[in-house]
Amino acid sequence: MPFVVELLIAIALVISGIFGLVGSFGLIKLKDTVQRLHAPTKATTLGVGGVLVASMIYFFAKTGNVSIHELMITVFLFLTAPITANFIAKAYLAKNTKPDELPGASGDFGWSIYDDPPGSDKAG
Amino acid sequence: MIEYALLFAAGCYGIALLMDLWRIVLGPDSADRILALDTMVINVIALLVLYGVWRGTEVYFEAAMLIAMVGFVSTVAYCRYILRGDIIE
Amino acid sequence: MLRRLIPHPLVSLMLVFVWLALVNKFTLGNLILGSIMGLVVPMLTAAYWPDRPTIRRPFKIAEYVLIVIWDIIVANVQVAWIILFKREADIRSHWIPIPLELTSAEAITVLAGTITMTPGTVSATLSADGSCILVHCLHTDDPDGIRDEIKSRYERRLKEIFP
Repeated sequence: MPFVVELLIAIALVISGIFGLVGSFGLIKLKDTVQRLHAPTKATTLGVGGVLVASMIYFFAKTGNVSIHELMITVFLFLTAPITANFIAKAYLAKNTKPDELPGASGDFGWSIYDDPPGSDKAG
Repeated sequence: MIEYALLFAAGCYGIALLMDLWRIVLGPDSADRILALDTMVINVIALLVLYGVWRGTEVYFEAAMLIAMVGFVSTVAYCRYILRGDIIE
Repeated sequence: MLRRLIPHPLVSLMLVFVWLALVNKFTLGNLILGSIMGLVVPMLTAAYWPDRPTIRRPFKIAEYVLIVIWDIIVANVQVAWIILFKREADIRSHWIPIPLELTSAEAITVLAGTITMTPGTVSATLSADGSCILVHCLHTDDPDGIRDEIKSRYERRLKEIFP
């Protein structure tokens, strides 16, 4: 394997390791639950992305075949990370905050975790 | 060189897993614990891919993919349970 | 007739690509099997999914994706910097409500995902009629600036893509 390729793989691995560590460190350091939400959703996506890029380069250099397998995991994680973050934020807000602790919505209706959507007579 | 980088990254993710565990123990809210579990799933995916590169096989990608999917579904199920008190209505 | 056979052409294309990526080997047999999947799965699920999202300018999507990927990288560095080198007392978090001009569900979903992945912001919830989105910002001194940036950088482009 040429030196440049090895260097690329090593750099990707080191960067991803640092970002993964920082993401979990933020989970411990930040003091508020909603603040903690920021750390893993951002830092770990680049962390896992770096590992997957490294593995893509490695297997391409080793076998000569382009492997798009890793890309699938990356895309899947990038699509699902916002959804999990949104769900966790909603679960936290519904359980721990009152409607008057948040700024009001600009329209006629309140936030969906407290108010029902227009045209429905029961929640859901 | 790759071996050292792999070792470094694996060490980072190992420490990250321990930090996530610490947050699960500490809490204080169930949202924190769900978040920490979700982060653990992502770190485990990274560790599995690292192990695959270290052994030089692609067998572990299927496992990583499956863990990514199961982790996502379980996180959503957990949150739905807290939000609605029920998972499938 | 064609509408009946291929209710969601984009989904069919995506299924073929996903199948090829999953088996990770490009052969004629895999392509045929993937195409069968791409035809059968949308047909079987068409009843649960009557509407088709309309996309006006496909080329704008590439521009949008590139901008978002760049922003994700910048966001990672920024958030890592805040986590590592800012003292807890110095971090000022804000809740920012952002009024939306987008109306289609797909566009709002994409916008919410983008906000979560980009610099220091997480989208938390929508208002009940879908006209306003609540965003949490990790650290800022200028909440109005963040709101204007999201509106001009992402929402304007999404409005061009989705009618």
